[in-house]
Amino acid sequence: MTFFFEVLIGGLLSGVLYALVALGFVLIYKASGVFNFAQGAMVFFAALTFVGFTEVLPRWFGLESGSSVVFWLAFVLALASMIVLGIATEKIVLRPLVNQPAITLFMATIGLTFFVEGLAQGFWGATVRGLDLGIGDEPIMWILDDFNMIISKFDITAAGIALVLFVVLALMFQYTRVGRALRAVADDHQAALSVGIPLKHIWAIVWGVAGFVALVAGLIWGARSGVQFALTFTALKALPVLILGGFTSVPGAILGGLIIGASEKLAEVYIGPFVGGGIESWFPYILAMLFLLVRPEGLFGEKHIDRV
Amino acid sequence: MKFSFRKTLVAGAVAAGLLATGYAAAQEQFIGLPSYRVGPYAAGGSGIYGGWIDYMQLINQRDGGINGVKLTWEECETEYNNARGVECYERLKTKGAAGNAMFQPLSTGITYSVLEKVAQDRIPMVTIGYGRTDAADGRVFPWVFPMITTYWSQASAIVNYIGSKEGGTDKLKGKKIGLLYHDSAYGKESHAIMDKLAAKHGFSVEKIAVAHPGNEQQSQWLQIRQMRPDYVVLWGWGVMNPTALRTAARTGFPREKIVGVWWAGAEEDTVPAGDAAKGYTAAVFNVAGANYPVVKEIQQHVYAKNLGNMEDKSRVGSVYYNRGVVHGIIAVEAIRIAQDKFGKGKPLSGEQVRWGFENLKIDTKRLAALGAEGFMPELNVTCSDHEGAGVVKFQQWDGAKWNVVSDWIAGDRELVRGMIEESAAAYAKEKGITPRDCSKEG
Repeated sequence: MTFFFEVLIGGLLSGVLYALVALGFVLIYKASGVFNFAQGAMVFFAALTFVGFTEVLPRWFGLESGSSVVFWLAFVLALASMIVLGIATEKIVLRPLVNQPAITLFMATIGLTFFVEGLAQGFWGATVRGLDLGIGDEPIMWILDDFNMIISKFDITAAGIALVLFVVLALMFQYTRVGRALRAVADDHQAALSVGIPLKHIWAIVWGVAGFVALVAGLIWGARSGVQFALTFTALKALPVLILGGFTSVPGAILGGLIIGASEKLAEVYIGPFVGGGIESWFPYILAMLFLLVRPEGLFGEKHIDRV
Repeated sequence: MKFSFRKTLVAGAVAAGLLATGYAAAQEQFIGLPSYRVGPYAAGGSGIYGGWIDYMQLINQRDGGINGVKLTWEECETEYNNARGVECYERLKTKGAAGNAMFQPLSTGITYSVLEKVAQDRIPMVTIGYGRTDAADGRVFPWVFPMITTYWSQASAIVNYIGSKEGGTDKLKGKKIGLLYHDSAYGKESHAIMDKLAAKHGFSVEKIAVAHPGNEQQSQWLQIRQMRPDYVVLWGWGVMNPTALRTAARTGFPREKIVGVWWAGAEEDTVPAGDAAKGYTAAVFNVAGANYPVVKEIQQHVYAKNLGNMEDKSRVGSVYYNRGVVHGIIAVEAIRIAQDKFGKGKPLSGEQVRWGFENLKIDTKRLAALGAEGFMPELNVTCSDHEGAGVVKFQQWDGAKWNVVSDWIAGDRELVRGMIEESAAAYAKEKGITPRDCSKEG
């Protein structure tokens, strides 16, 4: 039984990190109805830009490599880069496509994916980098001693950071002026415009916030297994989370992440050996597909009603 | 008809220029490079193709080419994508005065995609450390050269290395080896040979699949913790490798008991894992380090003149970079040997270069002359044996760099060769190929 709980808790913690990536998709979809296929590439771009700045800042300004000054400067510069990228995307890619079918916008974000991936590697190089956030990736000893379970300090800390981010964003959506404007835009673009909400500004803010979320996700995933192209694949983990949780719900992303994380790990351990193993990549999709049959809009997604 | 003096002069100059260009082209050996510098595998591609280009540049700068024939090359970006790889193959094959001299896609997928094309077009395909293992049987695959060491030889050498750590392969009886593999054709390449070796030496193999890309391995390592294997063989690729090392550390599995394959044995696999990679060992067919004379020569003749291909010069001497140098050495030596037979000082066709590969012999003396002693193993390629070596060294990561911890270790040659011949014979039967009689080859 201990082993079962060990797998389950590990899965739940991984699920929070999937939800973090899914959150970037939700933010943009909520505010603009665009399924941003480039979110995975943005995670990669953000992490690579951060690491790139930590490398060049000591050279440019004679700062001590690995110091907290370099860390925070790199963080701010990477965040600024993400905001610039977000605003540029909105202005150059999406704005000219306003009122075009959703599939056109989706295709545009596919193109954006290749551009962002190439831009990141072209600018910072293809070298795989390590990233140390100063959080030890080791078991929490008292849990290991008392329960013989391995729960990583890193995973707990990362999940904590992700949860704080979820809460902050939820509060922002609920209680701030910008949040209310975002919800209004998400509800109905035309109506929001008619009451004087500046749609373009709101979209720029959303893309900026999605960039911030991508940066946090990129740092956590990058610290786990290196800053490399594979970060773009984190988006693949987010898709079943979105299907399950709904494309427009922050709590849905969290719950979806937890369900996907836990179920894929348990499936790998308890079903995997009977089907040759390695089922983590497709099991969440099967689960999400089954879920779609019952509830097409996801756990918290908005029910789609057509007037006939 | 009346020609003005000026027109005649211009026409003469143009004709002379064209002739000179033709002559210059005739003295150049073209090598098409289906490289990948962007996309998921760019880290490996940029290192290997960078090292290879630098070595060719060294030959041009220091020696003026091979017997006066300058090497020229053109890259074609495949992004490690099969369709693009085939496109690059077609685009490159007719370039140069004598066509493309060889095709080295650095991708098992592309290798399979052009396997039959290279035979039709008579262009040798060299797959160093990847590709189709049974192509080592040159009687069935005359145009394919999976040189130095195949996956099966590597697996067998890894088992021998583990045996040496235990005091001999006879001590492996009753041991348990975990095989953590990338859930792909590449990863599954290890299964048959590991099963045979387990049966022979009396150890058990626990196979654990990791789904692509492998950036999540909590459940696999928790299973390993339950299984308690004596060693884990890491048959990984890309992000799977640092993730494996980090998760092993997290679950308390000693890294000294993990032995990786050569696609899990570069700096790109250990640096991202940080301290978790300390003590980890991997098999390699080329070692890391910038202190080998051949790498120093590249620094002196190429980088000192600002002609180096690597943007990040700190990667010169890394595992992938040095692997590229090995690719360069093998290509150049094959052309040199082929020139000895078909005529020095002129570019050769792919068919002629194929002969060079098939008669490639690089012994210790030649390696020393090339500045690559200990850098790569001796090679002795023959008509029937396109592998040519079948040995690997083992390197251990100390937290900052790789250190060589073994001499060249061979696999179970008899067992592996038997498997290769069996598989190649099945392929020949399926395709209706009559294997060559090597005693009749010149």
